[in-house]
Amino acid sequence: MIRDLVIVGSGPAGYTAAIYASRAQLNPVQYEGSVTAGGALMTTTEVENFPGFVDGVMGPVLMEDMRKQAARFGTELITDDVVEMDLKGDVKTIKDGSGNVVQARAVILATGSAYKHIGLANEDRLSGRGVSWCATCDGFFFRDQTIAVVGGGDSAVEEATFLTKFASKVVLIHRRDSLRASKIMADRALNNPKIEMLWNTEVVDILGAEKVSGLALKNTVTGELSERDFTGLFVAIGHIPRSELLIGQIDLDNEGYVKVDGRSTRTNLSGVFACGDLVDHTYRQAITAAGSGCQAALDAEKFLAH
Amino acid sequence: MATSKVTAANFDEVVLKSSTPVLVDFWAEWCGPCRAIGPILEDISNEYGDKLKIVKLNTDEESSIAIKYGVTSIPMLNVYVNGEVVKTIIGAKPKPALLKELEAFI
Repeated sequence: MIRDLVIVGSGPAGYTAAIYASRAQLNPVQYEGSVTAGGALMTTTEVENFPGFVDGVMGPVLMEDMRKQAARFGTELITDDVVEMDLKGDVKTIKDGSGNVVQARAVILATGSAYKHIGLANEDRLSGRGVSWCATCDGFFFRDQTIAVVGGGDSAVEEATFLTKFASKVVLIHRRDSLRASKIMADRALNNPKIEMLWNTEVVDILGAEKVSGLALKNTVTGELSERDFTGLFVAIGHIPRSELLIGQIDLDNEGYVKVDGRSTRTNLSGVFACGDLVDHTYRQAITAAGSGCQAALDAEKFLAH
Repeated sequence: MATSKVTAANFDEVVLKSSTPVLVDFWAEWCGPCRAIGPILEDISNEYGDKLKIVKLNTDEESSIAIKYGVTSIPMLNVYVNGEVVKTIIGAKPKPALLKELEAFI
């Protein structure tokens, strides 16, 4: 059987695409991902800026509700990973981690992004041994300790603020002299007595034999090197698009984001649409991802009607 | 067989003195990636439970054990053979990747 539509990915973009596509009776199959279902919001805490939620909403709750809404209109949800895609030609073939194959006339790609690593040799070695990318998962284990967060955007500031619930002190390390984060979140961090800012500073090495014991730091203005003791390092320096399965078959830009045609979600391949963080360098919000997921469903619906 | 719960009270008996290898899943209710791999570990336990016993340790309720084994990141999966940690897997991974990491035990 050849389906109308497969949706790959399940953050706000994927679920919104599924809600629209299933309401339009396209009977979509959605691959949610075996351990990534729900996407980046699954490891956040409170989302305060998603319109309609006056008092905020927990990220995982918002995603669970979007999922239910997609299921309500008949989206077939599969909690597995896509491991192979052949997107050229009129019939697209998608293979999952259990070896099942689905064919469809149209595909919506909404695989989002993954955490960026600093790129230090000791980062992987000490990962899970003091180096973490998930404050909500791991903050608890750093009770009454002095820890570092590296980054200057919304996620770094959110993580630093969240971590003050556990840590005795959180040092936010940023390579510039001001934060990129939204003003309300930046002010919250700057006014938090448990957060110390370390401006114009880069992490050049992570120290520790069995677990993190400190960081080697470099001042980006003076070039001065120093070392400081920490028991944990939370990395929040941004994201990279999860486009590794697409390399060689779809047009990507030089940072790996899927290229789309103008304001649409059309890729260079007929019948293949992309949305959410996979295409977005700029905005990267839950609401913009949801909006582009809606666009992708409408673009796919129009394509399938021809 | 299904996974079972382990506590500080029976950790010695269930894990350290077990005659078969035991995988301990260090997890917590509030950890999204822990919840994501829960069903995968149930599957693996149902398929391979006779060779590799899978038990779950709640790090909120049993923090003394979590501290003893140096847990700083969850989900963390430790495999114990004859009371020693012989393998540590950190972070949520898809089922095929977990099976590959555990192939020596199943």
